[in-house]
Amino acid sequence: MEADWIWGLAGGALIGLGGAVYLLGNGRIMGASGILGGLLDGSGRSSAAERSAFIVGAVLMPLLIALLSGHRPDTHVTKSAAILIAAGLLVGLGTRVANGCTSGHGVCGISRLSLRGILATAVFMLAGILTVAVLRQTLGVI
Amino acid sequence: MLRMFLALIAGGLFGAGLMLSGMTDTAKVQGWLDIFDNWDPTLAFVMGGALVPMALAWRLTQGRRPAAGGSFPAPPPFRLDRRLILGSVLFGVGWGLAGLCPGPALASLSYNGWQGAVFLAAMACGMLAAPGINRHLDRTAAKA
Repeated sequence: MEADWIWGLAGGALIGLGGAVYLLGNGRIMGASGILGGLLDGSGRSSAAERSAFIVGAVLMPLLIALLSGHRPDTHVTKSAAILIAAGLLVGLGTRVANGCTSGHGVCGISRLSLRGILATAVFMLAGILTVAVLRQTLGVI
Repeated sequence: MLRMFLALIAGGLFGAGLMLSGMTDTAKVQGWLDIFDNWDPTLAFVMGGALVPMALAWRLTQGRRPAAGGSFPAPPPFRLDRRLILGSVLFGVGWGLAGLCPGPALASLSYNGWQGAVFLAAMACGMLAAPGINRHLDRTAAKA
């Protein structure tokens, strides 16, 4: 669809704006895995309130938009519980071992030209590309 | 209170952006990673759109303090450690498998059916397993 890139750009700007508010307002890096992970493993106990508020906003705002617009976006998510569990475990573990995901290393790291952020993004993109290449294009499982 | 309010706004913008950009659609994310067939470039526009305000924000941190107090995070010293590489490989494989990463998993929770809840629960388990593995990796790295 032709409009996809416009929505991508506009939505991306909102994501960046959210990161800017979190950085300039609270002095924190907006990384979804860090915010949630720190809450779960207790390492972010001292900032639990603002972490929780961020997660509430991130979950409820899309719900609000869906309710107001009457449009529920299609996620085309897999119906295989095995794939969902394996993927979830890998994403949760990997992002907390590497200390960041697409928002922390990707958006926040690249925008400050952090070598660690750029390297991490290159590595997880490459791993994702290879995974899709092998499991979809070669084996046809996903 | 101000910290919580700003975090709520930031989270709302983040969630809205992920939803409207199409990044909660796993077909678009896997389409981005599928460079050998039917490649979907949308993620590049999302990343580009996000990097502009974020780069501007980093510039604005210079000579200032965060509005709600505290100080800005110092850039981490560049270390090419195995945790960064190993963790990113694991994350990338999981990302490719389901087309979900932590941000979109949260943003789509309300409309992603049972699958979104299962993914998020598994992701939480993975996150809880990480500190023990990190301790082991850090300890063996210190020895080497």
